Amino acid sequence: MDITTVTSFRAARSRADLALAPGEAFMAGGTWLLSEPQPSTTGFVDLTAMGWPDIEVVDAGLRIGATCTIATLLDWARGAAAASAHPAATGRWARADALPPVPEAWRAVALVEPAANALLASFKIWSTATVGGNLCQSFAAGSMISLAVALDGVAVVWQPDGAERRMPVAELPAGNGANALARGEVLRAIEIPAHALRSEARLQKIALAELGRSGAVITGRVDEDGAATFGVTAATITPRVLRFAALPSTEELRERVEGLDGYYSDPLGAEDWRRGVSAVLAERIRSQLQESIAGRADAAAAGDAATTGVAAASPVDPSAVSARPAVPSDGADAASPAPSDDGSARA
Amino acid sequence: MRLEINGVPTEVDPAPGQVLRTLLREQGRMDVKRGCDAGDCGACSVLLDGRPVHSCIIPAQRLDGASVTTAAGLAPEGELHPVQQALADGFGFQCGYCTPGMSVTASTLCEHDLDDLDRKLKGNLCRCTGYRPIREAIRSTLTSASTSGCGPTNAGAPRPAPPASGADRTDSAASTTPIAAGSDRSADEVTGAGARGAAEVGAGAGGAAPAGLSPSTSHGVGTSARPEAATRIVQGLEPFAFDEPVPGALFLRVLGSPHPHARILSIDTSDALAIEGVVDVLTHEHAPATRFSTARHEHRTDDPDDTRVLDDTVRFVGQRVAAVVAETVAAAEAALRAIRVEYEVLPSVLDPEAARAPGAPLLHPLRTPDDRVAEAGRNVVAALHDGHGDAAAALAASHATVSGTWRTSRVTHAQLETHGSVGWLDEAGRLVIRSSTQVPFLTRDELCHVFGLERENVRVTANRIGGGFGGKQEIFTEDLVTLAVLRTGRPVAYEFSRTEQFQRASVRHPMRISVELGADAQGRLTAMRVDLLSDTGAYGNHAIGVMFHSLAESTTIYRVPAKRLDAEAVYTNNVPSGAFRGYGLGQVILGVESAMDLLAERLGIDPFELRRINMVREGDPLHPDADKYEEDLVWGSYGLDQCLDLAESALRRGNGVEAPSGWAVGEGMAASMIATMAPRGHIARTSVSLRPDGRLLLRVGTAEFGNGTSTVLRQIAATDLLAAPERIELWSADTDAVEHDTGAFASAGITVAGKALHAACLSLAERMRTIAAGLAGADAASARLTADGVLVGERVVGFAEIVAAAPPEQLDDAGLTADGSELGDIRSLAFNVHAVRVAVDPETGTVRVLQSIQSADAGFLMNPAQVRGQVEGGTAQGIGSALYEEVLIDDGGRVQNPVFRTYRVPQSADVPDTEVYFAETDDSVGPFGAKSMSESPYNPVAPAIGNAIARALGARPYHQPFTRERVWRVAQSR
Ligand code: FES
Ligand code: FES
Repeated sequence: MDITTVTSFRAARSRADLALAPGEAFMAGGTWLLSEPQPSTTGFVDLTAMGWPDIEVVDAGLRIGATCTIATLLDWARGAAAASAHPAATGRWARADALPPVPEAWRAVALVEPAANALLASFKIWSTATVGGNLCQSFAAGSMISLAVALDGVAVVWQPDGAERRMPVAELPAGNGANALARGEVLRAIEIPAHALRSEARLQKIALAELGRSGAVITGRVDEDGAATFGVTAATITPRVLRFAALPSTEELRERVEGLDGYYSDPLGAEDWRRGVSAVLAERIRSQLQESIAGRADAAAAGDAATTGVAAASPVDPSAVSARPAVPSDGADAASPAPSDDGSARA
Repeated sequence: MRLEINGVPTEVDPAPGQVLRTLLREQGRMDVKRGCDAGDCGACSVLLDGRPVHSCIIPAQRLDGASVTTAAGLAPEGELHPVQQALADGFGFQCGYCTPGMSVTASTLCEHDLDDLDRKLKGNLCRCTGYRPIREAIRSTLTSASTSGCGPTNAGAPRPAPPASGADRTDSAASTTPIAAGSDRSADEVTGAGARGAAEVGAGAGGAAPAGLSPSTSHGVGTSARPEAATRIVQGLEPFAFDEPVPGALFLRVLGSPHPHARILSIDTSDALAIEGVVDVLTHEHAPATRFSTARHEHRTDDPDDTRVLDDTVRFVGQRVAAVVAETVAAAEAALRAIRVEYEVLPSVLDPEAARAPGAPLLHPLRTPDDRVAEAGRNVVAALHDGHGDAAAALAASHATVSGTWRTSRVTHAQLETHGSVGWLDEAGRLVIRSSTQVPFLTRDELCHVFGLERENVRVTANRIGGGFGGKQEIFTEDLVTLAVLRTGRPVAYEFSRTEQFQRASVRHPMRISVELGADAQGRLTAMRVDLLSDTGAYGNHAIGVMFHSLAESTTIYRVPAKRLDAEAVYTNNVPSGAFRGYGLGQVILGVESAMDLLAERLGIDPFELRRINMVREGDPLHPDADKYEEDLVWGSYGLDQCLDLAESALRRGNGVEAPSGWAVGEGMAASMIATMAPRGHIARTSVSLRPDGRLLLRVGTAEFGNGTSTVLRQIAATDLLAAPERIELWSADTDAVEHDTGAFASAGITVAGKALHAACLSLAERMRTIAAGLAGADAASARLTADGVLVGERVVGFAEIVAAAPPEQLDDAGLTADGSELGDIRSLAFNVHAVRVAVDPETGTVRVLQSIQSADAGFLMNPAQVRGQVEGGTAQGIGSALYEEVLIDDGGRVQNPVFRTYRVPQSADVPDTEVYFAETDDSVGPFGAKSMSESPYNPVAPAIGNAIARALGARPYHQPFTRERVWRVAQSR
């Protein structure tokens, strides 16, 4: 909708342009800003002119520019072949630089597709909505948050004084629709550590309608060292992360998920249901992961260490996890979040 | 900046906060619609540099150098994109408001998208069709051999030839879903039913068939004639209320109350008036003192006079406090922020049970029964205490009794076109209001009443309406526009935002329905008791009519020796409730049909069989106590028995769709009955004129909002006057067109307007034959209508000759004219049965409809494809009410989910294809033997689904919608 309070629109092209005047707000894709009246906003500062690279594959992992659109992230995740399937990548959609190939060992990239599908936003909106915008909007149902939280994503934040800080994406939302950034701070990029990208990962979503706005988005992954991480988003007001040294047992996982605080009621779901289905989806993910790991273990003729069910929580410490040694992948199936019976995460 | 719009280079200078959608409309691209302005509905979809986007959330400032293609630009001029052709030919729309955006999205899909079609359609809502014909049109386009490529194409690009357009695609449509008039009749035979209808026209219509009527034209009644507007609709070129801008129109915006109940102590508008561009600020001080009802009926005294245009007391959050009229939207919105209001907050009551308890805050203490408010001292607008026999004694003596209390929720109509109207003074100084209304005549009359105007000084018209469903049987904008036009003397437009639609229009009445049934060991009902509480919200609107109607056909469908009905409709400080498809029946049918299912379970009788044992049969009195109530209801035809058989056999056949493993499966069904018109008179005055060049001008008052009436009216004329479609013009929904029309509600399109027009056509045919015979010196009985004139003996008397020879009293501006009227004084009965098989995931509460079946007794099918569309659309809305939709109100009286992101209008993924079957009946009341079939398909859907869930889980949900939360709780509690 027209935002009639806005009297200026300026493109930010340099870091200096990012200084906000009173009443100004940053705009990335704009798909949320233009969807509701913004009575206290008088100017937009367009971040898409900053020219940040969309996708960078570096040694430490993946770096997603905050203004990378959902569509571009998906194009990249699907591989170059799929990206060229867009028959009309012309005009503004044309890309000068080719997207880098997806490293083969990054099986968890398969989470991108179900994470995009977990958005209420249609595929048409994916062309302009950005990953950073979804994170900064910090709605509980924002599934780019689910994706980043699932994979220990780190937010790179530009501060108004020219400095830069990093924080786990899990800590970026400060409430349903509120983020932890100070005025003038800009989310520059999201970094996903390589070890998480090499994990076996799953995402399941449920809403009060099949493709509706999420009431719960649950993620789970098992790293190469066997450590398991579950993310609870949408169901809780801000993200919750559960860490285990190994894939937990059914009972332990249920207890931990149900024991989380932060479940809430709103038109997208009642607190008791959110708690209940979070535990259900987490268990579905757990059993899928277990099966998949067992398959890989068999394939590698290895023991059943991964399925011992002995688990202990590890603290949320992204720097510690990113320091974990990389173990080469042993040639298991590519991670593809399997279609679940309730369709909550159709890949 | 420069951009290209449909290939035309355009220089624009957008405002800093502007979006692409409004920029395109400023450039005259009215094919870009607005359903939400928030990225949720897809009505505004366009191609931006070849990719589909929601233009309402694209910043216009980023458009330099862009190339934009709208629905009208998807194909070279004069052509349609193949998917547009398929939508137009395949009845892929009803109101047509979503269709241009749908076309744009669909035009970008490729064959590989078909596996994931529901997800691709996620951002395009359609409230009318139930999506089946849209999905089918897309599938047919992408799998047809004629399509060599796919994906977006730019205007002017060469494209494959569109598939051949057929006036009737029902046969191909039927390949995936049965549409049959009897279990053993194929779809092809249905389309052939036109011959039957035409042949039996004398019997069906109660009048003589015109001599010389050929068996059927392909455009006549009984065929699936293509809607005349189809091509324009898929391109977005058919104008809706705001698609023909009125030059110089001011913008009206409303300040809403933040309190559920408050007295306005003062309003300071000085700062607002000082803002540049603000022309006027309206408050209760400027509003007429006359109270009226926003609800409209033939008799204004049917509804309570409890509403003022602007009041000094506000009774729900969002109620109008003041209105700004300004040169620009920006000025209007700035002025709203500048108005200072001092309120005295009053105690409020949101719960209907509490509202009628002693000591509750009173909403309208000064209203009296003279205002049609029954007991203002208890917040009771209307009450009914009725029955026959001694129900209590009969229940006590029954072999088996069951009882339960069901609750329904607020539902928003979600017409994709919101309410809105634009008004101006014409050259003669006459007030003209163009509105998105189902009731132009009644609106005109009430505006005259409230503002003290003369009828001849007011004209109300409607363009095609982007969905109504009863919501537009009310005055929600026209009164303010009238006030603003009269004060400023300038044109004024007031278009609801989507959020206003939630906060300031009306919703389906939430009800609490307690039902008790008694039966003997054979399953014969011995007694029925219904206790009903209806929440009308802050104003009475349709409270009275809905309450009475809700208890009528929902309870008279069964033979019950003893019956007791108690009902009250009460005021609360909630958003008002109003008319909505089914007019209360759906809510009470939920209670009665669910209780019938309980009884079937209790007695171990099959639910279809239990209905057969108890259903009313043709000739039964509906009110066995012989009171005069509803004596205008007659048995024009009867098809409930067929409906039960058709639905049951389809359910027994199954459809092969399997439940996911681990899910519980259950079957459920429900039946419903509905009168074919509203009681107490529904009037249509119509006329038909023969122009000298042979064209026919049909004049009717009724409106087209997706109900298909305009198609059927043309079919009637085509049949009666043997006219090709090109010869037929329709002038409708305009108080200038005819003398009076009660309006397009209560499913009256065919049974009232159609019947009146049929009479007018027959009369014109008679006049034509008489005049032609006179000219040829022969007997009128030997004269026959042909495509070129009237054949008398060997001679064809041409149209010009006939008009020239017409007696003066039969002539008007258009030519030789005949009138036809229907007063609605007898009504017949129509039936629907819905059956479903559902799967329920007990772990999450997810319900999936595996098979959806509806059988309907619509009498003769005037346009089989359109009737099927009404059944599918009603079913989709029924599924919405059953599983998803609920306007939530918080403790402070505020609507919590006033946007489509949080209010769940069913998406394509939520609506399975429904198998539709028709009973074979022929009604003696309706025109050509037809009955109404617009509202009623909604009514049995929710109870059928609830009954199926109950059978699947072995435990029953009582609170509609049966959301995943509620079903999960039921499953957990087992
Ligand atoms: S999506 Fe743009 S108007 Fe609804
Ligand atoms: S035809 Fe789709 S909304 Fe009316």
